[in-house]
Amino acid sequence: MAKTIIPIGPYHPLQEEPEFFKLLVEGEKVLELEIELGYNHRGIEKIAESKSYDQVLFLVERVCGICSTSHPFASVNAVEELADIKVPERALYIRSIIGELERLHSHLLWLGLAGHFIGYNTVWMWAWRYREPVLDIFEKITGNRQHYAMMKIGGVRRDIESDDIPEIWKMVDGLLPVLDMFKGVVMDDPVIHARLKGVGILTKEDVFEYGALGPTARASGVAIDVRKDDPYAAYPLVDWQVITQEEGDVFAKAVVRILEMYESVKIIKGCLDKLKVVGGEIDAKVKEIPPGEGIGRHEAPRGEVFHYVRSDGSNRPVRYKIRAPSYMNVPTNQKSVVGGTISDATITLAAVDPCYCCTERVAVVDKKTGKKGLTGQDLIKLSQEKTLRIKREMVV
Amino acid sequence: MAEEILAKIKEKFSWQILNIFEKSPRRAYIDLKPENIKEIVEFIFRRLRARFVIVSAVDTRNAIEILYHFSFDIEGKIITLRTKIDKQNPEIESVTPIIKGAEWIEREIYELLGVRFKNHPNLKRLLLAEDWPEGKYPLRRD
Repeated sequence: MAKTIIPIGPYHPLQEEPEFFKLLVEGEKVLELEIELGYNHRGIEKIAESKSYDQVLFLVERVCGICSTSHPFASVNAVEELADIKVPERALYIRSIIGELERLHSHLLWLGLAGHFIGYNTVWMWAWRYREPVLDIFEKITGNRQHYAMMKIGGVRRDIESDDIPEIWKMVDGLLPVLDMFKGVVMDDPVIHARLKGVGILTKEDVFEYGALGPTARASGVAIDVRKDDPYAAYPLVDWQVITQEEGDVFAKAVVRILEMYESVKIIKGCLDKLKVVGGEIDAKVKEIPPGEGIGRHEAPRGEVFHYVRSDGSNRPVRYKIRAPSYMNVPTNQKSVVGGTISDATITLAAVDPCYCCTERVAVVDKKTGKKGLTGQDLIKLSQEKTLRIKREMVV
Repeated sequence: MAEEILAKIKEKFSWQILNIFEKSPRRAYIDLKPENIKEIVEFIFRRLRARFVIVSAVDTRNAIEILYHFSFDIEGKIITLRTKIDKQNPEIESVTPIIKGAEWIEREIYELLGVRFKNHPNLKRLLLAEDWPEGKYPLRRD
């Protein structure tokens, strides 16, 4: 049978993000998958070298638009490790609450998209409807629905007022029946079973070979979670569990994410209880960042975020390395998509909950002029030049 | 547990290791010569079954430093292998034949810092545009 290339991208019609998957297919079967990136490359690692440590937090918050606190969380962990800063206990609880509220809204967002991708638009509408109250709470306690700017080296920027605690409690409590409903929808619906079970399987060995992370790894029975493995913030201080499933298919990934939301609710409630009794400062005084290097990690909704920072003693990092979880998870599609059918490819590609703006961050700076990025005028000029060049080459 | 890992690495590669710096019980850095990297990466990944985290590369003006981060999840420890390569001829053995997950990051370091990874199965650009000029490396400091 003849082989065909099916392009998905450079602008994904469903995920509405810039990435390019080339599927080499024979009939319905996917034989090979090639992934092309670079459409969203903004140069954040390079820009970080020209910002002070405080400014870096605002910059890395903009690595991702969905899990926006994940990168500042890893960043404060890295700098605090580098400079050996002790964070007040109250701040630790606030950090974990923000981290877990974010996991709730991010997993609900994924669940909605997953429903949308398999044509189950009711799930999409429901999941996004119930994501709203989480964002409302964010607005209430941080001032923003996204990009909360709560992290600060040595602590957090804003306190959670005791007046707000009952409202947060009510919101997460209100989510529990919703989660029960979604659990029922996924676990009992024969259509979802037919669409997701046994589809896009990633084995334990594949997880190890590719270094896959987060729910993608945990759905294949690999119990890795930075919150437990390398405890930070308030995660070792409250009671919760790492969720794993053994099957490694898309269904298992959905189940892991739904069950994880229950754990997030547990963590938030545990932290809120502590906030009632633990008072005191919410940030430590930070004088200067000594020369040296630090590694910070945070378990983002998609897996471990890894930040490596090197300091020469000035107020700016000399090197800032960011590794987002999708960078490791997206290549696993070469295992999970290949061998399946085209119709399963869309949901399998989406099952790692890919985040393309996280995957591409690095830098374009003109060293001579010091100019960063490109303006609209530059892009028009570049485009015209390229058209002219192609015309010349083609002798039009 | 965490000490055992370092002890195992020390015992097997005592004569290759230039220096070990234990920043904290959870973070250790091992300095190595570039020619020994592949062998020790293979030992840590295949025998000790550490999780490959990522590779970082830093232009330190007179050399390019490459750091291979490995996570021992049960012990909660990160071990980083560090090596310096000549900036005039930045070349090092690829670890992608051992670790599939290293393919992208080696491609990224290749395009952003101009490090050539020998025996990499697919050493082409990852993020930069096709018409980005050859020989210009955004993360270099020269």
